[in-house]
Formats: sequence, structure tokens, C-alpha cells
Amino acid sequence: MQFYRNLIGLLVAMIVALSAVADDADSATDPAVKGLEIAEEMKARDRGWGDSTAHLEMQLFDKDTLLATREMRLKNLEVLDDGDKSLTIFDTPRDVQGTAFLSFTHVLEPDEQWLYLPALKRVKQISSKNKTSPFMGSEFSYEDLNSFEVPRYDYRWLRDEMFDGQDCFVVEARSKDPYTGYSREVVWVDKAEYRPLKVEYYDRRQQHLKTLIYSDYQRYLDRHWRASLQTMTNHLNGNRTEVRLTGYRFQTGLSDTDFSQNSLKRAR
Amino acid sequence: MKALLGLLLCVALPAVAELQGRVGLEERWFPDSPLDSRQRDHSRSVLIEPEWYQRLGGDDSLNLKVFYRHDDGDVERRHGDIREAYWLHVGSDYELTLGINRVFWGVTESQHLVDIINQTDLVEAPDGEEKLGQPMAHLALLRDWGVVDLFLLPGFRERTFPGVKGRLRSHPVTVGDAQYSSGAEKKHVDLAARWSHYVNDVSIGLSAFHGTSREPLFQLQDQGGAAVLQPLYPQITQSGLDLQYVQGDWLWKLEAIYRHLVSDVGAGTSAAHFSAATGGFERTQVGILGSDWDLGWILELSYDSRQSGMTAFQRDLFWGARFTANDIAGTEVLVGFGQDLQQDKVELFRMEASRRFGAATRLSLEISIFDGASPESPLYLLRRDSYAELGVEYFF
Repeated sequence: MQFYRNLIGLLVAMIVALSAVADDADSATDPAVKGLEIAEEMKARDRGWGDSTAHLEMQLFDKDTLLATREMRLKNLEVLDDGDKSLTIFDTPRDVQGTAFLSFTHVLEPDEQWLYLPALKRVKQISSKNKTSPFMGSEFSYEDLNSFEVPRYDYRWLRDEMFDGQDCFVVEARSKDPYTGYSREVVWVDKAEYRPLKVEYYDRRQQHLKTLIYSDYQRYLDRHWRASLQTMTNHLNGNRTEVRLTGYRFQTGLSDTDFSQNSLKRAR
Repeated sequence: MKALLGLLLCVALPAVAELQGRVGLEERWFPDSPLDSRQRDHSRSVLIEPEWYQRLGGDDSLNLKVFYRHDDGDVERRHGDIREAYWLHVGSDYELTLGINRVFWGVTESQHLVDIINQTDLVEAPDGEEKLGQPMAHLALLRDWGVVDLFLLPGFRERTFPGVKGRLRSHPVTVGDAQYSSGAEKKHVDLAARWSHYVNDVSIGLSAFHGTSREPLFQLQDQGGAAVLQPLYPQITQSGLDLQYVQGDWLWKLEAIYRHLVSDVGAGTSAAHFSAATGGFERTQVGILGSDWDLGWILELSYDSRQSGMTAFQRDLFWGARFTANDIAGTEVLVGFGQDLQQDKVELFRMEASRRFGAATRLSLEISIFDGASPESPLYLLRRDSYAELGVEYFF
């Protein structure tokens, strides 16, 4: 009897061990697979928004002192088999009023970017390698404003954690772009809706450079979540940029012709 | 204009309208004594450029942009212009513009060979970057294989030239009384077309122009006992190519033209045909020295088959740097050097710097130094006209 008991004990131990091995290869515990699945689910849940327009107000703070305000309008077009297209039209500061920025994000190839300078009536193509430069003197870089495309990063699920009262996945994303300004980004994604709530950016020297908080989420067309407030804090200089997005409209009928070099010249 | 304004007042205007613009004050100092004692050492001027945009339903809009400068010394710089006054209709695969507008073609920085639709407003900017409004009917056809722009250009605009008291001018002074090779003179209707397209990293433009040359020739005339230069505008046909290749943070650029003189003006000074090209690169380094600063390097070579004296860009090298601070004030500095490759000396230095104060004011500083140009060079005329300009502009 003792022998059988031992045998059963051994078998149970083996089954437990085997199932643990099987689990390791499964998404439930392989951090890379689980991280990628979370990223894919984030993208999948937001599919089908088509196009959108919004008003953007950017406030630049030094500690708590408001230094400057910028206003612009955004037009975005979802591209299903590649990165999205975006058109940004500047309203203030007034010396750059009418300046417009057209960007085609690509999943694997380099992005394409054009700038329209109204005083010269000239469209200039600009190098898409300027990812790390600050956008309009803010704490956001051009890289931070790109549309989120799953294949651009390698992922690793780190842990589950509560953030702001919501149960979250914490996922590390490393950009595959050699021109990135970051060694890694750590993203808090809420389990209920797969929305990013917080991003920590680490520079190439592994210093914690910036933190972005997404808040005041609103739901559009019953399923597309957009944060009305994004706050980027720079931990090295103490500066902060707040971005407020208002007047979101979806599926307004924009098409490729609204995101061309010709449309850039007459963007209003 | 009156008809257009009348039309606007009669139409019940929808909500989307914008009024904006700028006012500016500029001071220019010329440290060297002038070649002509009538020219002034200092100039002060004010400018205003209001702009009005009116949307008429979803696909139509009206644009109006007028400009006026008052200069305290040079009467030729007391001038106004309708920069833009056009109706635009946007169709599903075409755009139609009727009225006065400005159109830019090209990719290079040191000069704009291909750009030919608009006349240069030389009194505004000695580097030729400012353009006069041009009456036009412009149809743009948007296709998968590129954009075709077709232009009908009625009404020629004469180049503006500084007056007797102004600096940065010819010696003797150029007068406004122009001569044309076409019997239609200013009423000649010019034609232009351009095909442009881009595939991946390459942008290309092929253009053709037939009509009155924007670039005048000059002949010496006697006007009341004084020698003056009279501009002559021949009829030309010009073909142009502009090409840009993006390779990482390098932008490779090329512009080339071939110009054929259709009818001469009888001065016998002009080449029957010539070719010219400008090519080079712009490379941007971001985050230099671990800062937020960007530094862009520009190098361009120019070739012109005309004899020297007819062009400033016969065999020339231009190199420069564009500094962008990426700060809240939007600080920018552009520094450039021009050199004739047949001379071992830099002949031209130019600096443009500007930054914003508050939300709507921009302060700018411009310095141009014309140095050691040989008597054959067109810059020789400007050898005493190096200047510094301080400007302040308020945008509303």
C-alpha cells in the first residue's frame, strides 16, 4: 500500500510538474507572450474608429507656473493595414498660425512627415528621424505623438497591479526603432477596458525621464476610449505639459485625400 | 476687387470666417557709406498684412491677403500688393483656384530655380524669397500617379526694384518703365504645367512654363540726362526638374532648368538658351550635446551655363546651418555662407535669427555681409550694402 501511495504521490507530482511546464509555454505565464497579447488586445479593442477630429490645448508648466499655451486641431485617419495618418493644424501661438504638420506612421518602414509653412506657401518634407526633439517646446517628443502600432515594440508583462483604483497589467515595451529616445516604456493598462492609464519613460541611460498620466477617459461610438487629459511630467527638470483634448468627433467622412500634400496647403 | 467684395457682401455668409494677420516694424542699418550719395544709411519701415478666410459651404472658400509697407526713405518700398485674393473649389479629385495667388515649386534652399509662377518682390527681400501675387486660373488634378497642375496666367507682374534713395540696388538705378519682347506686353497670357509625384523616399516634379520671363534683362538708357537701367522682359520657354530623396536624416535635393529664349528684346545681351542646376543636401542632427537642440547642415552647389555677370550662381557653393532650440520661444538661427568656386573667398554671409516673446510677438535679427566680390559678380553692386535689420512683428 505504501508503494502505491508513493507511486500515486509521484504521479501527482509529475502531473503538477508537467502542467507547470506546459503553463510556462502558455501565455498565462510567459511574460513576452502575455505582453504581446495585451498590446494586441489594446489595438484590437480600438479598431474601427475610422477617422476623428479634435481640438487640442497644450499648457506648458514650469513647476506650477503656466509658461505658455498652444492650441491646435487634429485630424486622424485609421489605416487598417499600416500605421495611421494624422494632420495637425496650429492655431496658437499666432506666429505659427496656419502651419500644418502631416504625418504617415508606418508599421515597419520609416514614417513620412511634411510641414507646411504658410508664409512661404511651401510644403517641406522633413526627416522622420527627429523623434526625440521636443514638440513645440513641450515635454512631449514627436515620438510620443505617434500612433500606437503593435509590431514596433517588443513586450514583456511585468506584473499585475492596482493603479488609481483600477486593476492593471503592467507591461514593458521596448521600441525596435534605432532612433528612439527611450530604452524602455512601462505602461499600466486597465484590465477592464485595455486603456493605457500611465506610461513611464526611461531614457537611454536607464534613468526614469518622464511619466505620462492619461485621465478623464470618455467613450465615443460606444467603444472607443479617449483620454481628455494627458499630463506629461519631466522628472529631470520638473516641467509638466498638460494636453486637453475636446470636441472629439468620429467618422466625419475624412479620407486619404484629406491627408495629402495638397490638403496640407489648404488645411484650416 | 470691387466685384469680389460686392459679391461677398451680397452672399449670406456661413459661420466659418477667420481674420488674422501681422503688423511689423523694421529698422535697417548700413554701416558702409553708399556708392551713390543719394542712398541712405538707415531705413525704418512699417508693414501690415491682414488675411481673411471665408468658407462658403463645404467645398468652397475665399481667401484674401493684402500687404502694405511704408518705408521712410525709399518711395519704391512704399508699396502695397494683393498677395492673395482667390476662390478655391475642392472637388473629389481636383482643385480649382481662380484669382490672385502665390505658388511655390522646388526643394533647394540657396536659390529657387524651378519656382517661376510668381514674380519676385525684390524690395521686400534682397534674397528673392518674397513674391508678388499672380492672377491665375489653376486646376490641380489629383491622380494615383501624381498631381497635375495646370496654370493659365493672365497679367504679368513686373519685378519691384529699390528706388534712388534705397540701398541694395543696381548702379545706375533700375527704373520701372519696362520693355517687353511680346507685343501684348503685360497682357500676355502665360501657360504653365507641372506633374509631381512621390513614391516611397523619392519626390519628383517636372514642370514647363511658356511666357514672359520673370527674370528681366537690363539695358542702359538715358532718362532726362541721367543713366538708368531699364528692365527687358523676353518671352521664354522653361523646363524644370525638382527631385528630393530622403535617406534617414539626409535630404538629397536637386533642381535643374533649361530655358530657351523665344524672342529677344533686341539688346543682344541674352543667351539664346541656357541651363542651370542647384543640388546638395540637408542633414539634421537632433539632440546635439545631449540637449533639446537640433542642428541642420545645408550644402548646395550651383551651376549656370550663362557667362558671369548675368547670374550670381555661375559655379557657386552655399553652405550653412539651421539651429533650432526647440524651446518655448521657438528660437531659430540660420547661418549661411556663399562662395564663388572660381574665387577662393567667401563673398556672402547671411544670418537670420528669431524668437517669440509672449504668445504673439516675434523679434528677428537679420545680418547680410557682401564681401570682396569681384567686379564680374552681381554681388559687386552690393559691396557697400552690408546691413543689419532688426524687426518686430505682432500677429493678430
